[in-house]
Amino acid sequence: MDTFDLIVDALRDFSDNHSPIHFILIFDEWKLFLRGVSNTIVLVGISLVSGGLLALPIGVCRALRVPILNEIAYAYIYVVRGTPLLIQLYLIYYGVGQFEFVRDSFLWPFLREPWWCALTAFTISTSAYTAEAIRGGLEGVPKGEVEACIAAGMSRLQALRRVIVPSAYRRALPAYGNEVIFLIHASVVASTVTVIDIVGAARHFNNKFFLAYEGFIAAAILYLIIVYLFTLVYRRLENRWHRHLRPIEA
Amino acid sequence: MTIGLSLSSIGLAVVLGLLGAWAKLSKSRRLQKLAGLYTTTVRGIPDLVLMLFVFYGGQTLLNELGEASGLWTYVELSAFTTGVMAIGFIFGAYMTETFRGAYLMIARGQIEAGIACGMSRWILFSRIVWPQIVRYALPSFTNNWLTLLKTTALASIIGLEDIVYTAVSAGRATQEPFAFLLTVFFIYLGLTAISDVSLRAVERKYSAGMLKGV
Repeated sequence: MDTFDLIVDALRDFSDNHSPIHFILIFDEWKLFLRGVSNTIVLVGISLVSGGLLALPIGVCRALRVPILNEIAYAYIYVVRGTPLLIQLYLIYYGVGQFEFVRDSFLWPFLREPWWCALTAFTISTSAYTAEAIRGGLEGVPKGEVEACIAAGMSRLQALRRVIVPSAYRRALPAYGNEVIFLIHASVVASTVTVIDIVGAARHFNNKFFLAYEGFIAAAILYLIIVYLFTLVYRRLENRWHRHLRPIEA
Repeated sequence: MTIGLSLSSIGLAVVLGLLGAWAKLSKSRRLQKLAGLYTTTVRGIPDLVLMLFVFYGGQTLLNELGEASGLWTYVELSAFTTGVMAIGFIFGAYMTETFRGAYLMIARGQIEAGIACGMSRWILFSRIVWPQIVRYALPSFTNNWLTLLKTTALASIIGLEDIVYTAVSAGRATQEPFAFLLTVFFIYLGLTAISDVSLRAVERKYSAGMLKGV
Protein backbone atom coordinates (compact mmCIF):
# COMPACT_ATOMS: atom_id res chain seq x y z
CA MET A 1 0.00 0.00 0.00
CA ASP A 2 1.49 3.33 -0.96
CA THR A 3 1.13 6.64 0.82
CA PHE A 4 -1.78 7.83 -1.32
CA ASP A 5 -3.95 4.91 -0.23
CA LEU A 6 -2.97 5.47 3.37
CA ILE A 7 -4.05 9.09 3.18
CA VAL A 8 -7.34 8.10 1.57
CA ASP A 9 -7.97 5.52 4.29
CA ALA A 10 -7.21 8.00 7.01
CA LEU A 11 -9.54 10.54 5.43
CA ARG A 12 -12.25 7.93 5.08
CA ASP A 13 -11.94 6.97 8.72
CA PHE A 14 -12.04 10.61 9.79
CA SER A 15 -15.07 11.27 7.61
CA ASP A 16 -16.90 8.16 8.81
CA ASN A 17 -16.33 8.51 12.50
CA HIS A 18 -15.23 11.97 13.53
CA SER A 19 -16.06 14.70 11.06
CA PRO A 20 -19.45 16.37 11.41
CA ILE A 21 -19.62 16.46 7.63
CA HIS A 22 -19.49 13.15 5.83
CA PHE A 23 -17.44 14.52 2.98
CA ILE A 24 -15.99 11.30 1.55
CA LEU A 25 -19.47 10.13 0.55
CA ILE A 26 -19.77 13.19 -1.68
CA PHE A 27 -16.68 12.14 -3.58
CA ASP A 28 -17.92 8.57 -3.79
CA GLU A 29 -21.05 9.82 -5.50
CA TRP A 30 -19.26 12.14 -7.91
CA LYS A 31 -21.10 10.65 -10.87
CA LEU A 32 -24.43 11.87 -9.52
CA PHE A 33 -23.09 15.36 -8.99
CA LEU A 34 -21.38 15.38 -12.38
CA ARG A 35 -24.75 14.60 -13.95
CA GLY A 36 -26.26 17.45 -11.98
CA VAL A 37 -23.57 19.89 -13.03
CA SER A 38 -23.80 18.94 -16.70
CA ASN A 39 -27.59 19.19 -16.62
CA THR A 40 -27.48 22.64 -15.05
CA ILE A 41 -24.84 23.91 -17.46
CA VAL A 42 -26.56 22.49 -20.54
CA LEU A 43 -29.97 23.85 -19.50
CA VAL A 44 -28.60 27.29 -18.72
CA GLY A 45 -26.42 27.34 -21.83
CA ILE A 46 -29.15 26.40 -24.29
CA SER A 47 -31.71 28.73 -22.74
CA LEU A 48 -29.21 31.58 -22.82
CA VAL A 49 -28.77 31.08 -26.57
CA SER A 50 -32.45 30.60 -27.40
CA GLY A 51 -33.53 33.29 -24.95
CA GLY A 52 -30.95 35.65 -26.40
CA LEU A 53 -32.23 35.07 -29.93
CA LEU A 54 -35.77 35.74 -28.72
CA ALA A 55 -34.67 38.81 -26.78
CA LEU A 56 -33.02 40.53 -29.72
CA PRO A 57 -36.18 41.51 -31.65
CA ILE A 58 -38.01 42.27 -28.39
CA GLY A 59 -35.28 44.56 -27.16
CA VAL A 60 -34.99 46.30 -30.53
CA CYS A 61 -38.76 46.87 -30.67
CA ARG A 62 -38.60 48.45 -27.22
CA ALA A 63 -35.60 50.64 -27.92
CA LEU A 64 -36.82 51.90 -31.29
CA ARG A 65 -40.38 52.30 -30.01
CA VAL A 66 -41.88 50.38 -32.89
CA PRO A 67 -45.62 51.14 -32.66
CA ILE A 68 -47.85 48.34 -31.25
CA LEU A 69 -44.90 45.91 -31.03
CA ASN A 70 -43.38 48.14 -28.37
CA GLU A 71 -46.49 47.84 -26.21
CA ILE A 72 -46.70 44.08 -26.70
CA ALA A 73 -43.02 43.72 -25.82
CA TYR A 74 -43.52 45.89 -22.74
CA ALA A 75 -46.44 43.76 -21.56
CA TYR A 76 -44.47 40.57 -22.19
CA ILE A 77 -41.49 41.81 -20.19
CA TYR A 78 -43.69 43.13 -17.40
CA VAL A 79 -45.61 39.89 -17.00
CA VAL A 80 -42.54 37.64 -17.15
CA ARG A 81 -40.56 39.77 -14.72
CA GLY A 82 -43.52 40.24 -12.40
CA THR A 83 -44.11 36.57 -11.70
CA PRO A 84 -41.92 33.90 -10.09
CA LEU A 85 -40.10 31.53 -12.41
CA LEU A 86 -41.38 28.66 -10.28
CA ILE A 87 -44.98 29.50 -11.18
CA GLN A 88 -44.11 29.80 -14.86
CA LEU A 89 -42.46 26.40 -14.74
CA TYR A 90 -45.39 24.86 -12.87
CA LEU A 91 -47.81 26.33 -15.39
CA ILE A 92 -45.90 24.71 -18.23
CA TYR A 93 -45.24 21.42 -16.49
CA TYR A 94 -48.43 20.79 -14.52
CA GLY A 95 -50.86 23.26 -16.03
CA VAL A 96 -50.68 22.90 -19.79
CA GLY A 97 -50.94 19.11 -19.74
CA GLN A 98 -54.50 19.19 -18.51
CA PHE A 99 -55.83 20.27 -21.90
CA GLU A 100 -56.81 17.67 -24.44
CA PHE A 101 -55.65 19.66 -27.43
CA VAL A 102 -52.17 20.07 -25.99
CA ARG A 103 -51.85 16.38 -25.37
CA ASP A 104 -52.93 15.69 -28.95
CA SER A 105 -50.57 18.24 -30.48
CA PHE A 106 -47.11 17.58 -31.85
CA LEU A 107 -45.64 19.48 -28.89
CA TRP A 108 -46.74 16.91 -26.34
CA PRO A 109 -43.70 14.62 -26.58
CA PHE A 110 -41.67 17.67 -25.51
CA LEU A 111 -44.01 19.17 -22.94
CA ARG A 112 -44.34 15.80 -21.26
CA GLU A 113 -40.65 15.84 -20.45
CA PRO A 114 -39.67 17.91 -17.39
CA TRP A 115 -36.33 18.74 -19.03
CA TRP A 116 -38.01 20.45 -21.99
CA CYS A 117 -40.44 22.25 -19.69
CA ALA A 118 -37.54 23.65 -17.70
CA LEU A 119 -35.81 24.70 -20.90
CA THR A 120 -38.95 26.47 -22.14
CA ALA A 121 -39.49 28.28 -18.85
CA PHE A 122 -35.85 29.39 -18.63
CA THR A 123 -35.88 30.58 -22.24
CA ILE A 124 -38.98 32.71 -21.68
CA SER A 125 -37.63 34.13 -18.44
CA THR A 126 -34.17 34.99 -19.70
CA SER A 127 -35.53 36.46 -22.94
CA ALA A 128 -37.47 39.08 -20.97
CA TYR A 129 -34.52 40.04 -18.77
CA THR A 130 -32.08 40.04 -21.69
CA ALA A 131 -34.44 42.18 -23.77
CA GLU A 132 -34.27 44.81 -21.03
CA ALA A 133 -30.47 44.66 -21.10
CA ILE A 134 -30.48 45.08 -24.88
CA ARG A 135 -32.89 47.98 -24.66
CA GLY A 136 -30.72 49.64 -22.04
CA GLY A 137 -27.68 49.22 -24.26
CA LEU A 138 -29.38 50.61 -27.34
CA GLU A 139 -30.94 53.53 -25.54
CA GLY A 140 -27.61 54.39 -24.00
CA VAL A 141 -26.01 55.12 -27.36
CA PRO A 142 -25.35 58.86 -27.30
CA LYS A 143 -27.32 60.86 -29.81
CA GLY A 144 -24.13 62.52 -30.97
CA GLU A 145 -22.76 59.20 -32.21
CA VAL A 146 -25.84 58.61 -34.34
CA GLU A 147 -25.77 62.15 -35.65
CA ALA A 148 -22.10 61.80 -36.50
CA CYS A 149 -22.94 58.71 -38.57
CA ILE A 150 -25.58 60.62 -40.50
CA ALA A 151 -23.19 63.54 -40.96
CA ALA A 152 -20.56 61.14 -42.30
CA GLY A 153 -23.09 59.98 -44.87
CA MET A 154 -23.61 56.45 -43.58
CA SER A 155 -26.80 54.64 -44.43
CA ARG A 156 -28.98 53.44 -41.56
CA LEU A 157 -27.71 49.89 -41.91
CA GLN A 158 -24.11 51.01 -42.04
CA ALA A 159 -24.57 53.13 -38.95
CA LEU A 160 -26.16 50.22 -37.17
CA ARG A 161 -23.40 47.81 -38.14
CA ARG A 162 -20.42 50.10 -37.66
CA VAL A 163 -21.39 52.24 -34.70
CA ILE A 164 -24.65 51.53 -32.92
CA VAL A 165 -24.43 47.77 -32.37
CA PRO A 166 -20.75 47.73 -31.27
CA SER A 167 -21.44 50.61 -28.93
CA ALA A 168 -24.67 49.15 -27.58
CA TYR A 169 -23.50 45.64 -26.84
CA ARG A 170 -20.54 46.94 -24.87
CA ARG A 171 -22.91 49.03 -22.82
CA ALA A 172 -25.20 46.04 -22.23
CA LEU A 173 -22.39 43.75 -21.05
CA PRO A 174 -22.51 44.34 -17.28
CA ALA A 175 -26.30 43.98 -17.16
CA TYR A 176 -26.08 40.83 -19.25
CA GLY A 177 -23.44 39.32 -16.99
CA ASN A 178 -25.74 39.81 -14.01
CA GLU A 179 -28.54 38.16 -15.94
CA VAL A 180 -26.43 35.08 -16.63
CA ILE A 181 -25.58 34.69 -12.94
CA PHE A 182 -29.23 35.29 -12.11
CA LEU A 183 -30.26 32.51 -14.51
CA ILE A 184 -27.71 30.09 -13.05
CA HIS A 185 -29.23 30.77 -9.65
CA ALA A 186 -32.80 30.62 -10.91
CA SER A 187 -32.17 27.30 -12.65
CA VAL A 188 -32.47 25.53 -9.28
CA VAL A 189 -36.24 25.39 -9.74
CA ALA A 190 -35.67 22.70 -12.38
CA SER A 191 -35.14 20.30 -9.48
CA THR A 192 -38.77 20.79 -8.44
CA VAL A 193 -40.02 19.12 -11.60
CA THR A 194 -37.70 16.14 -11.10
CA VAL A 195 -34.86 17.25 -13.35
CA ILE A 196 -31.55 16.11 -11.88
CA ASP A 197 -29.70 19.40 -11.84
CA ILE A 198 -27.20 20.25 -9.10
CA VAL A 199 -29.89 20.69 -6.45
CA GLY A 200 -31.69 17.60 -7.74
CA ALA A 201 -28.47 15.63 -7.30
CA ALA A 202 -28.05 17.04 -3.79
CA ARG A 203 -31.56 16.02 -2.79
CA HIS A 204 -31.13 12.55 -4.27
CA PHE A 205 -27.87 12.21 -2.41
CA ASN A 206 -29.37 13.29 0.92
CA ASN A 207 -32.33 10.97 0.52
CA LYS A 208 -30.11 8.05 -0.41
CA PHE A 209 -27.92 8.30 2.68
CA PHE A 210 -30.40 9.87 5.12
CA LEU A 211 -28.26 12.97 5.48
CA ALA A 212 -29.45 16.43 6.37
CA TYR A 213 -27.05 18.90 4.86
CA GLU A 214 -24.02 17.28 3.20
CA GLY A 215 -25.57 17.32 -0.26
CA PHE A 216 -26.58 20.95 -0.02
CA ILE A 217 -23.09 21.98 1.06
CA ALA A 218 -21.72 20.21 -2.00
CA ALA A 219 -24.34 21.90 -4.18
CA ALA A 220 -23.57 25.32 -2.73
CA ILE A 221 -19.86 24.84 -3.39
CA LEU A 222 -20.53 23.66 -6.95
CA TYR A 223 -22.66 26.74 -7.67
CA LEU A 224 -20.02 28.99 -6.16
CA ILE A 225 -17.39 27.43 -8.42
CA ILE A 226 -19.55 27.76 -11.53
CA VAL A 227 -20.43 31.39 -10.82
CA TYR A 228 -16.82 32.17 -9.94
CA LEU A 229 -15.49 30.63 -13.16
CA PHE A 230 -18.10 32.49 -15.15
CA THR A 231 -17.22 35.86 -13.63
CA LEU A 232 -13.54 35.14 -14.26
CA VAL A 233 -14.10 34.49 -17.96
CA TYR A 234 -16.60 37.29 -18.27
CA ARG A 235 -14.30 39.84 -16.67
CA ARG A 236 -11.65 38.90 -19.22
CA LEU A 237 -14.07 39.47 -22.08
CA GLU A 238 -15.19 42.76 -20.58
CA ASN A 239 -11.61 43.87 -20.18
CA ARG A 240 -11.02 43.14 -23.84
CA TRP A 241 -14.11 44.87 -25.13
CA HIS A 242 -13.83 47.77 -22.76
CA ARG A 243 -10.15 48.35 -23.42
CA HIS A 244 -10.88 51.83 -24.69
CA LEU A 245 -12.43 52.74 -21.34
CA ARG A 246 -9.43 51.75 -19.25
CA PRO A 247 -7.48 54.60 -17.71
CA ILE A 248 -4.33 55.37 -19.66
CA GLU A 249 -1.30 53.76 -18.16
CA ALA A 250 1.53 56.18 -17.75
CA MET B 1 -49.17 33.51 4.17
CA THR B 2 -47.15 34.75 1.24
CA ILE B 3 -47.54 38.38 2.28
CA GLY B 4 -46.73 37.61 5.91
CA LEU B 5 -43.65 35.70 4.87
CA SER B 6 -42.53 38.52 2.57
CA LEU B 7 -43.03 41.24 5.17
CA SER B 8 -41.31 39.32 7.96
CA SER B 9 -38.35 38.45 5.79
CA ILE B 10 -37.92 41.97 4.44
CA GLY B 11 -37.88 43.17 8.05
CA LEU B 12 -35.11 40.74 8.91
CA ALA B 13 -33.32 41.59 5.68
CA VAL B 14 -33.34 45.33 6.42
CA VAL B 15 -31.95 44.74 9.92
CA LEU B 16 -29.23 42.44 8.58
CA GLY B 17 -28.57 44.84 5.73
CA LEU B 18 -28.07 47.79 8.07
CA LEU B 19 -25.81 45.71 10.30
CA GLY B 20 -23.86 44.46 7.27
CA ALA B 21 -23.49 47.94 5.82
CA TRP B 22 -22.36 49.24 9.18
CA ALA B 23 -19.81 46.44 9.42
CA LYS B 24 -18.54 47.05 5.90
CA LEU B 25 -18.14 50.77 6.55
CA SER B 26 -16.65 50.38 10.00
CA LYS B 27 -12.97 50.86 10.61
CA SER B 28 -12.47 47.38 11.99
CA ARG B 29 -10.77 45.11 9.48
CA ARG B 30 -12.27 42.02 11.00
CA LEU B 31 -15.83 43.30 10.69
CA GLN B 32 -15.20 44.32 7.10
CA LYS B 33 -13.91 40.85 6.26
CA LEU B 34 -16.84 39.17 8.00
CA ALA B 35 -19.39 41.27 6.13
CA GLY B 36 -17.51 40.72 2.87
CA LEU B 37 -17.62 36.98 3.39
CA TYR B 38 -21.33 37.18 4.16
CA THR B 39 -22.25 39.11 1.02
CA THR B 40 -20.06 37.20 -1.42
CA THR B 41 -21.08 33.72 -0.30
CA VAL B 42 -24.77 34.48 -0.03
CA ARG B 43 -24.88 36.17 -3.39
CA GLY B 44 -22.93 33.31 -4.94
CA ILE B 45 -25.25 30.54 -3.75
CA PRO B 46 -28.76 30.08 -5.17
CA ASP B 47 -31.56 30.93 -2.74
CA LEU B 48 -33.21 27.53 -2.90
CA VAL B 49 -29.98 25.77 -1.87
CA LEU B 50 -29.67 28.04 1.16
CA MET B 51 -33.31 27.57 2.01
CA LEU B 52 -33.10 23.78 1.83
CA PHE B 53 -29.88 23.94 3.80
CA VAL B 54 -31.47 25.99 6.58
CA PHE B 55 -34.61 23.87 6.55
CA TYR B 56 -33.02 20.43 6.64
CA GLY B 57 -29.59 21.23 7.97
CA GLY B 58 -30.43 24.07 10.34
CA GLN B 59 -32.67 21.90 12.43
CA THR B 60 -30.13 19.10 12.81
CA LEU B 61 -27.40 21.61 13.46
CA LEU B 62 -29.43 23.39 16.15
CA ASN B 63 -30.24 20.13 17.88
CA GLU B 64 -26.67 18.89 17.76
CA LEU B 65 -25.59 22.22 19.15
CA GLY B 66 -28.18 22.03 21.91
CA GLU B 67 -27.13 18.50 22.77
CA ALA B 68 -23.48 19.41 22.86
CA SER B 69 -23.99 22.49 25.00
CA GLY B 70 -26.80 21.03 27.08
CA LEU B 71 -28.76 24.26 26.83
CA TRP B 72 -31.81 22.90 25.08
CA THR B 73 -33.02 19.43 24.29
CA TYR B 74 -35.06 19.52 21.13
CA VAL B 75 -36.30 22.33 18.96
CA GLU B 76 -38.40 22.08 15.89
CA LEU B 77 -38.36 24.85 13.36
CA SER B 78 -41.55 25.47 11.46
CA ALA B 79 -41.47 25.96 7.72
CA PHE B 80 -42.46 29.57 8.27
CA THR B 81 -39.58 30.29 10.64
CA THR B 82 -37.05 28.66 8.35
CA GLY B 83 -38.55 30.48 5.39
CA VAL B 84 -38.22 33.84 7.09
CA MET B 85 -34.73 33.00 8.33
CA ALA B 86 -33.47 31.83 4.97
CA ILE B 87 -35.04 34.56 2.86
CA GLY B 88 -34.17 37.26 5.38
CA PHE B 89 -30.59 36.02 5.54
CA ILE B 90 -30.25 35.97 1.75
CA PHE B 91 -31.74 39.38 1.13
CA GLY B 92 -29.82 40.84 4.06
CA ALA B 93 -26.76 40.43 1.86
CA TYR B 94 -28.36 42.32 -1.01
CA MET B 95 -29.60 44.99 1.38
CA THR B 96 -26.07 45.37 2.76
CA GLU B 97 -24.91 46.43 -0.68
CA THR B 98 -27.94 48.68 -1.10
CA PHE B 99 -27.34 50.56 2.13
CA ARG B 100 -23.60 50.70 1.66
CA GLY B 101 -24.02 52.16 -1.81
CA ALA B 102 -26.55 54.69 -0.50
CA TYR B 103 -24.23 55.79 2.30
CA LEU B 104 -21.37 56.24 -0.12
CA MET B 105 -23.53 58.52 -2.26
CA ILE B 106 -23.89 61.06 0.53
CA ALA B 107 -21.46 63.90 -0.12
CA ARG B 108 -18.60 63.73 2.39
CA GLY B 109 -18.75 67.47 2.88
CA GLN B 110 -22.18 67.20 4.46
CA ILE B 111 -20.93 64.83 7.12
CA GLU B 112 -17.89 66.99 7.72
CA ALA B 113 -20.16 70.03 7.98
CA GLY B 114 -22.27 68.20 10.55
CA ILE B 115 -19.21 67.41 12.64
CA ALA B 116 -18.07 71.00 12.30
CA CYS B 117 -21.43 72.17 13.65
CA GLY B 118 -20.79 70.07 16.71
CA MET B 119 -23.47 67.46 16.07
CA SER B 120 -23.23 64.31 18.12
CA ARG B 121 -22.96 61.02 16.23
CA TRP B 122 -26.60 60.24 16.81
CA ILE B 123 -27.88 63.64 15.69
CA LEU B 124 -25.61 63.47 12.67
CA PHE B 125 -27.03 60.09 11.78
CA SER B 126 -30.68 60.91 12.32
CA ARG B 127 -30.70 64.35 10.70
CA ILE B 128 -28.26 64.01 7.83
CA VAL B 129 -27.29 60.43 7.10
CA TRP B 130 -30.51 58.49 7.57
CA PRO B 131 -32.92 60.64 5.47
CA GLN B 132 -30.48 60.52 2.59
CA ILE B 133 -29.82 56.81 2.93
CA VAL B 134 -33.55 56.26 2.56
CA ARG B 135 -33.62 58.45 -0.51
CA TYR B 136 -30.67 56.85 -2.25
CA ALA B 137 -31.49 53.30 -1.21
CA LEU B 138 -35.10 53.30 -2.36
CA PRO B 139 -34.68 52.38 -6.05
CA SER B 140 -32.47 49.43 -5.16
CA PHE B 141 -34.75 48.57 -2.24
CA THR B 142 -37.67 48.39 -4.67
CA ASN B 143 -35.78 45.94 -6.85
CA ASN B 144 -34.84 43.81 -3.86
CA TRP B 145 -38.39 43.77 -2.61
CA LEU B 146 -39.75 42.66 -5.99
CA THR B 147 -37.17 39.87 -6.18
CA LEU B 148 -37.92 38.84 -2.60
CA LEU B 149 -41.62 38.68 -3.33
CA LYS B 150 -40.94 36.26 -6.17
CA THR B 151 -38.47 34.26 -4.10
CA THR B 152 -41.16 33.48 -1.53
CA ALA B 153 -42.71 31.15 -4.10
CA LEU B 154 -39.79 28.82 -3.39
CA ALA B 155 -40.92 28.45 0.23
CA SER B 156 -43.61 26.06 -1.00
CA ILE B 157 -40.82 23.59 -1.76
CA ILE B 158 -39.89 23.31 1.91
CA GLY B 159 -43.53 22.61 2.70
CA LEU B 160 -44.81 26.03 3.71
CA GLU B 161 -48.49 26.26 2.89
CA ASP B 162 -48.35 29.45 0.88
CA ILE B 163 -50.41 30.19 -2.22
CA VAL B 164 -48.18 28.13 -4.47
CA TYR B 165 -48.44 25.07 -2.25
CA THR B 166 -52.19 25.49 -1.97
CA ALA B 167 -52.58 25.90 -5.72
CA VAL B 168 -50.54 22.80 -6.50
CA SER B 169 -52.43 20.61 -4.07
CA ALA B 170 -55.79 22.02 -5.13
CA GLY B 171 -54.82 21.41 -8.73
CA ARG B 172 -53.94 17.82 -7.91
CA ALA B 173 -57.19 17.23 -6.09
CA THR B 174 -59.40 18.68 -8.81
CA GLN B 175 -57.33 17.54 -11.79
CA GLU B 176 -57.39 21.12 -13.00
CA PRO B 177 -53.98 22.54 -12.16
CA PHE B 178 -54.03 25.14 -14.92
CA ALA B 179 -56.79 27.31 -13.45
CA PHE B 180 -55.26 27.34 -9.96
CA LEU B 181 -51.74 28.01 -11.16
CA LEU B 182 -52.95 30.79 -13.43
CA THR B 183 -54.71 32.39 -10.46
CA VAL B 184 -51.47 32.33 -8.47
CA PHE B 185 -49.70 33.72 -11.51
CA PHE B 186 -52.01 36.72 -11.54
CA ILE B 187 -51.92 37.15 -7.77
CA TYR B 188 -48.14 37.48 -7.96
CA LEU B 189 -48.44 39.82 -10.91
CA GLY B 190 -50.90 41.95 -8.93
CA LEU B 191 -48.65 42.00 -5.85
CA THR B 192 -45.60 43.07 -7.84
CA ALA B 193 -47.61 45.68 -9.75
CA ILE B 194 -49.04 47.17 -6.55
CA SER B 195 -45.65 47.30 -4.83
CA ASP B 196 -44.08 48.74 -7.96
CA VAL B 197 -46.57 51.59 -8.13
CA SER B 198 -46.64 52.37 -4.42
CA LEU B 199 -42.87 52.21 -3.89
CA ARG B 200 -42.39 54.51 -6.84
CA ALA B 201 -44.75 56.97 -5.15
CA VAL B 202 -42.67 56.78 -1.96
CA GLU B 203 -39.57 57.33 -4.05
CA ARG B 204 -41.06 60.49 -5.51
CA LYS B 205 -41.90 61.73 -2.05
CA TYR B 206 -38.43 61.16 -0.67
CA SER B 207 -36.69 62.71 -3.63
CA ALA B 208 -38.68 65.92 -3.27
CA GLY B 209 -36.25 68.79 -3.48
CA MET B 210 -33.80 66.73 -5.51
CA LEU B 211 -32.88 68.10 -8.89
CA LYS B 212 -33.59 65.50 -11.51
CA GLY B 213 -30.34 65.00 -13.36
CA VAL B 214 -30.07 65.21 -17.08
